[in-house]
Amino acid sequence: MLAELPILSLLIWGPVLGGVWVLYAGDRQEETVKTLALMISVVTFLLSTLLYKDFDITTHEMQFVEFAYWIEAFNINYYLGIDGIAMPLIILTTFITVLVILAGWEVIEKRISQYLAAFLIMEGLMIGVFSAVDAMLFYVFWEAMLIPMFLIIGIWGGPRRVYATIKFFLYTFLGSVFMLVAFLYLYSQSGTFNILELQDLPLEAGVQKLIFIAFLLAFAVKIPMWPVHTWLPDAHVEAPTGGSVILAAIMLKLGGYGFLRFSLPITPDASLYFDTAMIVLSLIAIVYIGFVALVQQDMKKLIAYSSISHMGFVTLGFFIGFSIYAATGSTEGAVFGLEGAMIQMISHGFISGALFLCVGIMYDRVHSREIKDYGGVVNTMPHFAAFMMLFAMANAGLPGTSGFVGEFVVIVSAYQANFWIAFLAALTLILGAAYTLWMYKRVIFGEVANDNVKHLKDINSRETFILSMLVIVVLVFGIYPAPLFDAMHPTLEHLFGQMLQSKVGQ
Amino acid sequence: MNLFENMETIYLTIVLAPLIGSIIAGMGGKLIGRNGAHRVTILAVGISSILSLIAYYNIFYNGGEIYNATIYTWLNSGNLHFEIGFLVDQLSVTMMVVVTFVSWMIHIYTIGYMHDDPGYQRFFSYISLFTFSMLMLVMANNFLQLFFGWEAVGLVSYLLIGFWYKRESAIFANMKAFLVNRIGDFGFLLGIAAVLMHFQSMDYIEVFEQAPALAEATVNIWGDESWSLMSVICICLFIGAMGKSAQVPLHVWLPDSMEGPTPISALIHAATMVTAGIFMVSRMSPLFELSETALNFILIIGATTAFFMGLLGLVQNDIKRVIAYSTLSQLGYMTVALGASAYAASMFHLTTHAFFKALLFLAAGSVIIAMHHEQDMRKMGGLYKYLPITWITCFVGAIALIGFPGTAGFFSKDAIIEAVHLSTLPAAGYAYYAVLSGVFITALYTFRLFFMTFHGEERMDKHVWEHLHESPWVVTFPLVVLAIPSLIIGAWLGGPMLFGDYFAGTIQVAESHNVLQEMGHHYHGEWYAVAWQFFVHGVFKNPVVVLLALSGVFTAWLLYIKFPDVPEKIATSLGPIYRILENNYGFDAFNQKVFAGGTKAIGKLLWQIGDVKLIDGLIVNGSALSVRWFSGVIRQIQTGYLYHYAFAMILGLLFLLATFVVFVYKLI
Repeated sequence: MLAELPILSLLIWGPVLGGVWVLYAGDRQEETVKTLALMISVVTFLLSTLLYKDFDITTHEMQFVEFAYWIEAFNINYYLGIDGIAMPLIILTTFITVLVILAGWEVIEKRISQYLAAFLIMEGLMIGVFSAVDAMLFYVFWEAMLIPMFLIIGIWGGPRRVYATIKFFLYTFLGSVFMLVAFLYLYSQSGTFNILELQDLPLEAGVQKLIFIAFLLAFAVKIPMWPVHTWLPDAHVEAPTGGSVILAAIMLKLGGYGFLRFSLPITPDASLYFDTAMIVLSLIAIVYIGFVALVQQDMKKLIAYSSISHMGFVTLGFFIGFSIYAATGSTEGAVFGLEGAMIQMISHGFISGALFLCVGIMYDRVHSREIKDYGGVVNTMPHFAAFMMLFAMANAGLPGTSGFVGEFVVIVSAYQANFWIAFLAALTLILGAAYTLWMYKRVIFGEVANDNVKHLKDINSRETFILSMLVIVVLVFGIYPAPLFDAMHPTLEHLFGQMLQSKVGQ
Repeated sequence: MNLFENMETIYLTIVLAPLIGSIIAGMGGKLIGRNGAHRVTILAVGISSILSLIAYYNIFYNGGEIYNATIYTWLNSGNLHFEIGFLVDQLSVTMMVVVTFVSWMIHIYTIGYMHDDPGYQRFFSYISLFTFSMLMLVMANNFLQLFFGWEAVGLVSYLLIGFWYKRESAIFANMKAFLVNRIGDFGFLLGIAAVLMHFQSMDYIEVFEQAPALAEATVNIWGDESWSLMSVICICLFIGAMGKSAQVPLHVWLPDSMEGPTPISALIHAATMVTAGIFMVSRMSPLFELSETALNFILIIGATTAFFMGLLGLVQNDIKRVIAYSTLSQLGYMTVALGASAYAASMFHLTTHAFFKALLFLAAGSVIIAMHHEQDMRKMGGLYKYLPITWITCFVGAIALIGFPGTAGFFSKDAIIEAVHLSTLPAAGYAYYAVLSGVFITALYTFRLFFMTFHGEERMDKHVWEHLHESPWVVTFPLVVLAIPSLIIGAWLGGPMLFGDYFAGTIQVAESHNVLQEMGHHYHGEWYAVAWQFFVHGVFKNPVVVLLALSGVFTAWLLYIKFPDVPEKIATSLGPIYRILENNYGFDAFNQKVFAGGTKAIGKLLWQIGDVKLIDGLIVNGSALSVRWFSGVIRQIQTGYLYHYAFAMILGLLFLLATFVVFVYKLI
């Protein structure tokens, strides 16, 4: 019976309608509203686990497909479906949302119902982005999802929230406009917005390059890639903790998802043409941003820069495939690189989310994000320090945590293309450890630095629960990543087949 | 006996028992209390230790089979398999016994040493976790798990050096240790990547089987220059070993790591973790044998470490630092043996060193307890009266370290020196003189420590003096237990390990490099016969090494007992040289300035110039400004009159229509 349910629609509209319900309930009964929001997010999460349970790992075809005509005049349809790329990202979304709702429990003082509603609505819209098979539907979700995020930063954000919101808006909006133009062009050529059909559409080389660049502007901003990354540190610094967590854990993944869904399969020749440039930009993100992260004074900024650096592995894994294939003549290494990039996205969702939560926990108590305002936190918050140690190590890519898997796979794959690419990427072993542990040392270790630290209270059971959940997933995916690889393998193998299939002159 | 029927369960228990102990002590520390924590972890490591001995017996005396199997698949991708599995053969079972036994003794010792520490349970949890990680490392049957264990021991080392997290020096030292090790791991990871690419496998046995076929393979790394594939792989892997086993120039973390509690210095930074690199190279002997370039490189690095780090031991006043530099120097000896293809000699020295160096550290710890955590030897002296057991056992450790005839160190060190002498590699000449003169230095700094601590004038203050007494049995018991192998294990294991078929096929040596086989021609018979012949050879026929050691002891006696004013004068007259030694040849200052400072400066530059000025200042805010200018122009149009807007709307519609028509026209 469960198989008959339109699970994807339920996952999208459940939280959206739930969000409206929460909004309607208002702030009068705070506890009820919070419980209601939590229930909705938990049910959504449980429902999303069905996607994994009933997922067929032997095929790259779209699964859980739903189809309905929407705007027939333009052949725009309500067409949903997921494959091995989308499924893990959707579960990541529902999982993180539960934690974010919990994280705002006692912390948000104003307009709690609106805050919770924003997250629930955003959850539904993000799932929509991951499951849309129609380009226009994708675009609608893509743009709509930004609105709750602007509100979250703009209303519950820090003192410079207006600047951050506008910067965020300008960057992302500019990018998405070009994506829309690309969609319209593709429609004019094919008469369809069906992504699967667009992936088979023959395109001339020059056209492909233009479309690639249009997509790149949209997705590079989201990831974000150097040099369009500067909105991220500002947005993180001003966003409330929950906003930062969603931003880092899920929103950045939308850019990566876009590359996999659109750029690589729709414009494979242009992807090949631009792959050196993309690899260079990824390496700049890994190395340059690694250095920049080292000198940050603000913890959130540091983690934001660390995110950019880690996302460099994602784009590296995406675009290294062509060179691996050229060097070895085998598709296996290239597919492995893509898988590394995917697991890096998932893992980064957990780890950066966890680190932003950790900073949030300290910020709630001390109201500062500056490293220099802390020192010796372990003396007063030993449990918290132990959790943060684990996340710091995961961020530094320690084997046994999920942070290791993606970096390891991408580095060993990159080695097959070129020694020096792997060499530069592997610098993250040193840089990542340096900026993470140096921050940890200054914040957590040492004598109690000041009165604020002296009066800190260790994490309560709610916070312990949130962090424990993240510890579990970080360790499980570090010790046993096989199920995730198995689920992704057919899809990514198929994707690399598409990447090798020239569309010119068909 | 059906005990040996299910070895897999035994091996799993060996690995998992310390992990479970660690988790119980770590998470349930409050619940089970201090006694509970040490009981559960000592029991767990004890089980591991006894089962390791059973495994050892099984393989060496019971004709048990070598175990090589997968426990579970970490991940699959097409034909690439990454697995977690164990390879238990002569080499790994030897390491398992050393690791678990030393670790067990140190667990017991910790009860006494950490008695008053508030982090008691945490400490037991960490050292058990370390035992688990180290076992994962030595029992691995593939490169992935090796790397897993490799980094895990690095993590525990980080946690333990910074155990006293309030001390600025400790938390600096642990970060330094982790980062320097990460530099080694960086090379190590590239080596693993190369192995995966060229062998398409992570499994040791599969890789070793394919290796000879790739012996002549070359790769282009820089332009068109082709390098030997094996040299690239081996040097990358060895860079990892240089980090873990503290070889110059990646040795800088080890002296600072003495900030950790003493049991840690004994367990991790002397007996086990630092030998991971030595073990790894021995394990990879089928690869290293194919690259003479790598072997020469190893010889030079090892010899430099052995000699120059030994010199530094002469100028230290902190009792633990002397032993730390001694460890560096002895690791250099092991590395030299690796370079000379005498892997078995290296493993032999690793084994004997594990016992006597752990013993020396624990003895130093016993002294430190008695001295109320004073570590400066200038404030000690004459302690033999108050700490008789410590004194005797420390003496045993000292003579074993300098290679006094008959002790464990005598056999292992002589074997290394002879092996280097026989090696025909170009770098062997330099290495030989370095390790030979190192013998004198070793004896000098060891007995300098021994005399300054236990003999001569009593220089401690009155308060400490009044409370001097021997340590409790939990401290002295491990000392005695470790002293026994320090004396006898060399004679017992030397013959079979060096010249026999102790390691069977697990260590492979090319015919042209096989120095141990060449040495072995002189020694025949059972282990005691070989030991006797070796003894006679080393003491009567070719006594250079022994004489050097004895003259080192004699010099120490002259300088620190007979004429205690002389060292001061020597130090003054050798001012500049002395200062170079005192500053660790300037390594720390250089690293701090160039690497730490340079990295921060680059970071600041990229951030302030790249991100803030160029990207944000010029491009982002620049476009924001132009938008403002543009909207200023646009604002002129907003007049507020309805007809203006209506007019604009019509214009817009017309424009859209026109575009649409053109668009449709084009489609047709």
